[in-house]
Amino acid sequence: MFDPLVIGDTVLSSRLFIGTGKYSRNTLIPEVIACSGSEVITVALRRVDPAGGTENIMNHIPEHMKLLPNTSGARTAEEAVRIARLARAAGLGNWVKIEVINDQKYLLPDNLETIRATEILAAEGFVVLPYMSPDLSVALRLRDVGAAAVMPLGSPIGTNRGLRTKELLRILIEEVNLPIIVDAGIGRPSEAAEAMEMGAAAVLLNTAIATARDPLGMAEAFREAVSAGRKAYLAGLGPVEESAAASSPLTGFLG
Amino acid sequence: MMSFYETLTALEKYPYEDLWKQYTEVDIKRALQKERMDEGDLLALLSPAAGPYLEEMAGKAQRITRSNFGQAIQLFTPMYLADFCVNHCTYCSFSSIYDFPRKKLSMEEVKREAETIVATGLRHILILTGESRRENPVSYIKECVEVLRQYFTSISIEINPLTTAEYKELLLAGVDGLTLYQEVYHQDTYKALHVKGPKRNYRNRLDAPERGCQAGFRSVNIGALLGMHDWRKEAFMTAMHARYLQNSYPECEISLSPPRFRPYLGEFNPESDVTDRALVQIILAYRLFLPRSGITLSTREPAVLRDHLIHLGITKMSAGVSTEVGGHTNEGGTPQFEISDGRSVQEITDMLYANHLQPVFKDWDILTMPASLSI
Ligand code: SF4
Repeated sequence: MFDPLVIGDTVLSSRLFIGTGKYSRNTLIPEVIACSGSEVITVALRRVDPAGGTENIMNHIPEHMKLLPNTSGARTAEEAVRIARLARAAGLGNWVKIEVINDQKYLLPDNLETIRATEILAAEGFVVLPYMSPDLSVALRLRDVGAAAVMPLGSPIGTNRGLRTKELLRILIEEVNLPIIVDAGIGRPSEAAEAMEMGAAAVLLNTAIATARDPLGMAEAFREAVSAGRKAYLAGLGPVEESAAASSPLTGFLG
Repeated sequence: MMSFYETLTALEKYPYEDLWKQYTEVDIKRALQKERMDEGDLLALLSPAAGPYLEEMAGKAQRITRSNFGQAIQLFTPMYLADFCVNHCTYCSFSSIYDFPRKKLSMEEVKREAETIVATGLRHILILTGESRRENPVSYIKECVEVLRQYFTSISIEINPLTTAEYKELLLAGVDGLTLYQEVYHQDTYKALHVKGPKRNYRNRLDAPERGCQAGFRSVNIGALLGMHDWRKEAFMTAMHARYLQNSYPECEISLSPPRFRPYLGEFNPESDVTDRALVQIILAYRLFLPRSGITLSTREPAVLRDHLIHLGITKMSAGVSTEVGGHTNEGGTPQFEISDGRSVQEITDMLYANHLQPVFKDWDILTMPASLSI
């Protein structure tokens, strides 16, 4: 089944995006990529050290991967813009995930600063994927200022709590004419499958794989879950009934 | 300005001796079930009743740390720029009463130290000085930072308390983090230990981390030098101070350090002996009370202990440490205190990998680029 995800001018066949942040060693990254089948990987510019020898995270990301540098650490739109420009200048391409976080306690994104940064960077030709708290009017504004997709959170970063924002995600999926990539909070493959069943275009994960006892096994589990959820969405889920529907109608005899 | 001082004054009036006795295992179990702990839970976790529950606390602390910070441990090293000091702190070899040849690094020496450190892979540095506005004024620190920013992607300072305007000046020069230990929160003990010099001004020191937050530093690291006064109380005040800063300045990353008293030139013996068990209880209470705060572990602790503590909530550690001015390139200065873990950056790296943890050498990029470098 050919079911590509198109972002900017890039055609992707995997709908599982992964992160690089929390592994016990960078050498695990290529193996996780292989097991997950992922084609997009986000990397924090703050962690990239071109002079870092074997400790440079970029040495562990295979050529074929689409890089999604993120602005993790930015507290304002200006900082995010500066980080994005640094990333492009460092040769990490023109995709950028905007992360503007002003709250070190819960790590929730600052939607207003995110809109500002998205507007500036989209105008500069970046393919901008903003990380956001799910809010319809913000998602529409992000679309209007040039976001290539939006990345609402399922629950706060690192919590592995799943789709706590489900109702809001559903509205975004229905109303915003852009790929919706559920980012943050997904802890289990079943939750990734659920997001895909709902019609999310993709999911992004880091903690769930990186902190699993067996990250490679978990990467594979997520690959299958995302693909199963997508298939279910395309197949069209049957309607949910409140009570069991008898297969031979009780009043059939009335003709 | 409202400051933590008002809260601290109120906290000092608590009947601690009674409180420590009142908590029971029920309070510990209740606290451990909570996601967000309050002040009462913190007291319970620091009380003797928590003693038998260190293993349960450790399990929860480890889970919280891994989900928030992953398997990463950030590494940095201190660089001593100058040991001139006008204060007499009874626990420090740099105290003005000791007679030894004082030293401050020239820009050429700063450059050489930087080159030596950068060759180990580290990109984060903490620069330290004794307290002397005459010998190492803000302008000297700025000059050093200008040199250091060519080598490092994050520069923190541990120097005498400054004004908000001075902190801003350093921020613009490229400093992004501030470390400032209150040393002792208990006011009378503070006065007794800081015999002479501007450091006697308790309030000026207590408010300095807040001035750093206001100036806009990305991270502010605080701590009590454990062993100077009842550790339970000191740890309580430190955590309350951290929470106050975190609530007031949510954009700033607040970290904690639990340094224990170490041997130095003099003969002062601290009044409270902080055992390894006590240290573990403190670290765990910090982690459970402040799940997202960084916790820094220095080379004051011996290697064997450090190798165990990395699993209990620590997120940053120093490596390849010298506490002497110019200690990374030449030998023979006077160390501020003795370190316990003398392992090199490579040795610490190997140890972390062996423990399934990843050493992180670079975790930030200084964003205040000089005009010539900005794009
Ligand atoms: S602790 Fe600091 S202020 Fe006190 S004597 Fe030592 S260097 Fe000077």
